[in-house]
Amino acid sequence: MRAPTVAPATDLAPRVFSRSIEDFDVPVGREEEWRFAPIRELADFFQPAVWGSVGLNGEHDVTVEYVEISDQRLSQTWMPTDRPSAIAREQATHAVLVTIPKESIHSNPIVVNLKNAGESNYLHVEVHAGPFSKSQVVLIHDTSGNVNGSILSLLGDQADLTMLSVIDADAAVMQHLHWFTEVGRDAHFLGLSITLGGGVIRTVPTLTYRAPGGKAQMLGAFLLTGDQFQEHRILVDHTQPHCVSNVIYKGALSGEGAHSVWIGDVLVRREAIGIETYELNRNLLLTDGPRADSVPNLELETGDVISAGHASATGRFDDEQLFYLQSRGIPESVARQLVVRGFFVDVLSKIDDAELSGSLMRRIESKLGIVDHE
Amino acid sequence: MSKLTITDLHASVITEDGDTPILRGVSLVVESGTTNAIMGPNGSGKSTLAYVIAGHPKYTVTSGSIDLDGQDVLAMTVDERARAGLFLAMQYPVEIPGVSVSNFLRTSITALKGEAPKLRTWTKDMKEAMADLQMDPAFASRNVNEGFSGGEKKRHEILQLGLMQPKIAILDETDSGLDVDALKIVSEGVNRYKESSNAGVLLITHYTRILRYIQPDVVHVFVDGRIVATGGPELADVLEADGYETYTAAARA
Repeated sequence: MRAPTVAPATDLAPRVFSRSIEDFDVPVGREEEWRFAPIRELADFFQPAVWGSVGLNGEHDVTVEYVEISDQRLSQTWMPTDRPSAIAREQATHAVLVTIPKESIHSNPIVVNLKNAGESNYLHVEVHAGPFSKSQVVLIHDTSGNVNGSILSLLGDQADLTMLSVIDADAAVMQHLHWFTEVGRDAHFLGLSITLGGGVIRTVPTLTYRAPGGKAQMLGAFLLTGDQFQEHRILVDHTQPHCVSNVIYKGALSGEGAHSVWIGDVLVRREAIGIETYELNRNLLLTDGPRADSVPNLELETGDVISAGHASATGRFDDEQLFYLQSRGIPESVARQLVVRGFFVDVLSKIDDAELSGSLMRRIESKLGIVDHE
Repeated sequence: MSKLTITDLHASVITEDGDTPILRGVSLVVESGTTNAIMGPNGSGKSTLAYVIAGHPKYTVTSGSIDLDGQDVLAMTVDERARAGLFLAMQYPVEIPGVSVSNFLRTSITALKGEAPKLRTWTKDMKEAMADLQMDPAFASRNVNEGFSGGEKKRHEILQLGLMQPKIAILDETDSGLDVDALKIVSEGVNRYKESSNAGVLLITHYTRILRYIQPDVVHVFVDGRIVATGGPELADVLEADGYETYTAAARA
């Protein structure tokens, strides 16, 4: 067993990198990174179990393979940073591997339909975007059961990768998902995380750079109804000079007990000079009752940056907006639809596929009961 | 011919500390082809009157009636009032992030007319209406009221007036914050609308300046939640010279 890597202390970056489960204590809820999470409900995610591995559903592009977890093409260097991700890496038997060959250009999105093998599953997905390649990968999660695992997007030099991950889950489903992205020299990454529902969903998107000149956008749209819980704990680790990061997460909440947590950690290391970073979280409370926690953190180890900023706001659905639209003859349900569409537009408009973005928007409206598309 | 009849209207604003009466018995008739100006000092309740006619949820009507051509306006929702032919040009139009002006206008026209306007004629109509108000065509793709200057907001309100062609338009201090050039453009827009649809206009203002460009048929002085004097256009000249002091003093007495 390899010894865990222990990183130098910063407030934001993980301290322990290891594939060994014992290197991570079972969270008790007092730890900074776990303080918002429903620890008791997530108990099954803290002990190794015999779960199946998430596989593929239906026909797929030749770039998409289902491989043994021991496949040497899978990342040998990536290390889990918490107990659930260490358990998932240890216990998963198989992985989904998407390999975009060097210099290949894919004009059509590569759609990956994930399939659960049982009630609870481990997930391991890797997307390797070769140098100078250009592609879009769409991950559609099967949400028929609980899932614990990690998605890795690894971008070669000057690769251009757009990745969309869609979770559209029922209220009973729990998911714990790491999404690790490493951006190569002068590479471009656009990641879109769409989370509609789920009982307890916790995503941990982490992004870092392997070389200078990378540009990354991480966008998220999330929706909670009823008494659902979602946590999106983002870390952008600027380890290289002259890189750009832009994070926009937008959440809409409806229902008495809905609770969302957004943590936006951005760490700019001493060597990461000349970078630009911006992160924004906006939450829209559509009814009385929901709670949205929003915590942006910016840790600068160098002052030599082009720009570094963050913004966070949570607002109620505005009665004045509703009055204005209604006073122009627009019925209340259409007015609400306009406002919610407008709220999500800057995230959903980044999805190239108009059919997909349209169907996601209709799904949001159905879930909110604004328009009955069912 | 349309007729808006307001009879002995009493209304309160709903606050956390209880309801505070604002309108204390307003009676008024606005007919097609006429312009009624309501003038009053700050805090007299004239904007409240506009909001109550449009149905803002912040206010509650305690007694009296509003009737439009035999229909009970107070029984209608906000959007039903608009579809019945009432329009309120607002003093402080709100921002709708992510919703473009063209999408908003098209949605509104669709709701008002009961069917979506034909795409080709619609684009042409919108462009012409914008040109009339000297608005940049790029305006159509901006988000509703987001980052608009004061003048742009008012032009956008009058643009809607022209496109929606309501039976009765209430203009709530449309002149406030406008420079003379913008005031002329906006006033011309109101006059064009009034002529083309023989509409009735209720013009609420603090200043007499706008009345040089939009000729009122009747001028009402509004103090302390009610109309205290009514006259012809010459009443505006008296107010211009003497101010509201005589009326406010009388109301206090």
